[in-house]
Amino acid sequence: MKDNIISEMDVTTDKIKISARNVQVYYGENRAIKDVSVEIQDKTVTAFIGPSGCGKSTFLRCINRMNDTIDICRVEGDILIDGEDIYDSSVDPVQLRAKVGMVFQKPNPFPKSIYDNVAYGPRIHGLSRNKSELDDIVERALKRAAIWNEVKDRLQAPGTGLSGGQQQRLCIARAIATEPEVLLMDEPCSALDPIATAQVEELIDELRQDYSVVIVTHSMQQAARVSQKTAFFHLGNLVEYGATDKIFTSPEDPRTESYITGRIG
Amino acid sequence: MTDMSNSTTPQNSLLRQDARTIRRNRAETRFKAYGVAAISVGLLMLVILLVTIIGRGAGAFQQTFLTLDVQLLEAKLDKKGNRDLEDIKKVSTFGYAPLMAAALEKKVAQSDVESDLKPKEMAALLSKDAAAQLRDFVLANPDLIGTSVEFRFLTNSRVDGYMKGRVTRASIANDKSINAEQLDLVDALIKDGALEKRFNLAFITGADASDARPEAAGMGVSMIGSLFMMLVVLALALPIGVAASIYLEEFAPKNWITDIIEVNISNLAAVPSIVFGILGLAVFINYMHLPNSAPLVGGLVLTLMTLPTIIISTRASLKSVPPSIRDAALGVGASKMQSVFHHVLPLAAPGILTGTIIGLAQALGETAPLLLIGMVGFIASNAPDGIASGLMDPNSAMPAQIYEWAKRADPAFYERAWGGIIILLVFLITMNAIAVMLRRRFERRW
Repeated sequence: MKDNIISEMDVTTDKIKISARNVQVYYGENRAIKDVSVEIQDKTVTAFIGPSGCGKSTFLRCINRMNDTIDICRVEGDILIDGEDIYDSSVDPVQLRAKVGMVFQKPNPFPKSIYDNVAYGPRIHGLSRNKSELDDIVERALKRAAIWNEVKDRLQAPGTGLSGGQQQRLCIARAIATEPEVLLMDEPCSALDPIATAQVEELIDELRQDYSVVIVTHSMQQAARVSQKTAFFHLGNLVEYGATDKIFTSPEDPRTESYITGRIG
Repeated sequence: MTDMSNSTTPQNSLLRQDARTIRRNRAETRFKAYGVAAISVGLLMLVILLVTIIGRGAGAFQQTFLTLDVQLLEAKLDKKGNRDLEDIKKVSTFGYAPLMAAALEKKVAQSDVESDLKPKEMAALLSKDAAAQLRDFVLANPDLIGTSVEFRFLTNSRVDGYMKGRVTRASIANDKSINAEQLDLVDALIKDGALEKRFNLAFITGADASDARPEAAGMGVSMIGSLFMMLVVLALALPIGVAASIYLEEFAPKNWITDIIEVNISNLAAVPSIVFGILGLAVFINYMHLPNSAPLVGGLVLTLMTLPTIIISTRASLKSVPPSIRDAALGVGASKMQSVFHHVLPLAAPGILTGTIIGLAQALGETAPLLLIGMVGFIASNAPDGIASGLMDPNSAMPAQIYEWAKRADPAFYERAWGGIIILLVFLITMNAIAVMLRRRFERRW
């Protein structure tokens, strides 16, 4: 908890980045998210916790409209980023996803070189005018993802040849190379060993200076370590949302308390 | 000691198998034996097949030739003496026959063979195609007129059969094409060294020949017909098939319409090929008035036949690309199309290529649809001289040529049919080997 208190002091803004109002998500007939309203702050790590199947990943995937790729999925309610409704018919999800990056549960580098993995986003969004600018973007992203020193001598080696933890940091580098404003992470450490997990967590804390980070995690210790705000989901409901230390020390809802103390989930 | 060991042996000893385990193990042994037996039978059949094909077909790659010194008399071949190709062309094969007969007579006179045969009977040993052979040679080398050249003539198929053991003195009793005296002369010429079996390149490169001259028939032109059909199939079926699969797999909404399309594509793959043939006849020839027997039409029909194969294999390889790659591409803000063309398609490419090659190999061996569009039959065309004539001129295809030979009466054609099968198999094995190699080469682990 000591780390947590230090980072708590770092929070410099109360600006609301993402604001969800009465969000409902249906998979066919099945209602996966029930009436969730939440306000996520800028330059803050927000953790979504809850038992498996409680809808936390589904809700996360609503924030960059990844759920659009699932035919039977239907989203109701409003999700606003900087006050703009991202489900407005004039919003192109491709543009949205450039602004809201995502890191997935399983490290999924493209089967291309490390360089091409990171350069792919900037290339398709036209963020660089020439090769040296692109080189700079790649280097900066890899440095911020704390993997530069390990890969700088083999940028042309395949990204799939890295270890699991390195692959995940490469995916983070790939996500931040397009300069997003929000970074969504769906259980980014579930496939990693404790050392790699520690590296990624440290990285998440650093990324907070520039981004609004939303992380879904199964590990309550991880939520406590990296986040300032925590939201507890249960059976599609947002049960409790508040400052992380408050959720973990004095939860208001009995369900939150049961989950945190290990009685449910 | 015995007492002690008895007392320490537990009731359910692991050292002794119980009845159930023994039964189970026996069942397993039996099952393995069935498997080995099944595979052995399969392998045996394969060996028998290959031995039969090679045993019967290898002979077609060899042909009996008679080497003679021919006087290319200027008086007969180029009366004006100015070596004008147009004038030389006016001399038909009838003009060449006497030259060959004279050469053969001279050969017989030189070697001390006693023969009562008339010159005409002697000349019958040569192929009916021999004069045309010589004429082609002279037209290609008009400068040699007036000189004497050593020329290798094709012999009659009976002489060839005698060399290969197909024709014997006993078997010619009722054969009007050859008699015992002629065979005596053949024996003498063999002893002399003028008559010998050699590798016959013309079988691989040449055109089909009429019923009377099996020794001159070759696969070459039908091979070109097959090649042009494959080009048409590749140029049409690959882009259409891949585009259709990408649309169905990645973009199309999943509803009952796409379900029906999907079921129908699978069904199309099982439609008998002759149905595609009659469709081609009705649509491409009767309605669109494309020429009969043209490789273009054959290619179009085979395209229809190959499309389902390509679509099914392409969809399977698109499906096998892990969804995490699509998520990754969409996650960094790639559009659907970018994610497909930048990431999914390159990863699926080896599978698509393999499917395409296997589809092509299938099309290459297909005969039935060609029956209906007139590509099976005696197609006396020579090698096409360009892409347009290759596509539009009447031609045959390798399997159709084999079928055509197999139904002719002369046993010499029968041998050529087996030889044609060897060539076709070499093509098919090569294509399949390429498919396997590509799959091995580009296979990825995730």
